[in-house]
Amino acid sequence: MSLKGFHLVFVTLLTALAFLCATWAFTAGHAIFGVAGVASGVLVIVYGVYFLKKLKNVDFL
Amino acid sequence: MEIPYTTQVRPDTGLYNAKLGIWLFLASEVMLFGGLFSAYVLLRVGSPEGFWPHGWLSVTLGTVNTLILALSAITTLLAWVACKVNDFRQFKLFHGLTLVLALSFLCVKSYEYHDKWIHYEIHLKDGRIADGHLEEQDEKTVTISGRIIPGDQEQLLYDLRAQKTIPRDEIKLERSNILKMENYGPRHNTFTAIYFTMTGLHALHILGGCVVIGFLWGPGSRMWKTDHARFTNRIEISGLFWHFVDLVWIFLFPVLYLT
Repeated sequence: MSLKGFHLVFVTLLTALAFLCATWAFTAGHAIFGVAGVASGVLVIVYGVYFLKKLKNVDFL
Repeated sequence: MEIPYTTQVRPDTGLYNAKLGIWLFLASEVMLFGGLFSAYVLLRVGSPEGFWPHGWLSVTLGTVNTLILALSAITTLLAWVACKVNDFRQFKLFHGLTLVLALSFLCVKSYEYHDKWIHYEIHLKDGRIADGHLEEQDEKTVTISGRIIPGDQEQLLYDLRAQKTIPRDEIKLERSNILKMENYGPRHNTFTAIYFTMTGLHALHILGGCVVIGFLWGPGSRMWKTDHARFTNRIEISGLFWHFVDLVWIFLFPVLYLT
């Protein structure tokens, strides 16, 4: 697996972590931290999609 | 003698040699950290109910360190891309940023360790327990910023969030009244032992990564001119290692900080 592939694995797990943190925060009563977790998760997904689209046009990686 | 397959793909493995090497190394690392995570799970499920610490670590600092490592994963990837497109200045920028972020992570971790090192649990002769951060001490007295916990509520020690019902204050204690005094270092209990072992080993990996990244950013970057393809592969290898270290933290953070 290249660095490109490993980066995608990392982004996927980071997304899972962000939503896990959000779930934990809402359960523990930290609403602001929960919202930040959801926002981070969405941000990482947007980055992941952008990264994937970018890769389609970059054949040297 | 020239080292074979530093840039060309070896026909029988389908990889250049360094990439095969790093994946074998990372496989051994998975076993190392996997063993520690298993130990953590067994220790945790084996502890009596109510005696596993909660809220001992700062979620805010853990989150900051998670963000730092997430950013560093992006910068290390961009450094590799800069190598691929032959842009030396961009490479220097992104690899330098990775190094700065890695050092920032270690600074935050050091602060967390220091915070535990000056956090004391003090058993008094009258049965009460003083818990808090050391302010000052001399031959006769010890001053902490913390709380006095009644002897019959020892379980409060394990849940710092529940302790907040007791007001925090500056407490001056006579040494003659102290039965036992111990900081929250690795030998304090099972949690601190596994916490320092796992995060310490992880921090050592970050430190090792800093050395490699620092070398490739500094003196090692001379290879950019002499053997560009091999240098690019070196950056990819260091990036793979760095991503692995980041992945370990993604598991460490929820396991240690959020439970």
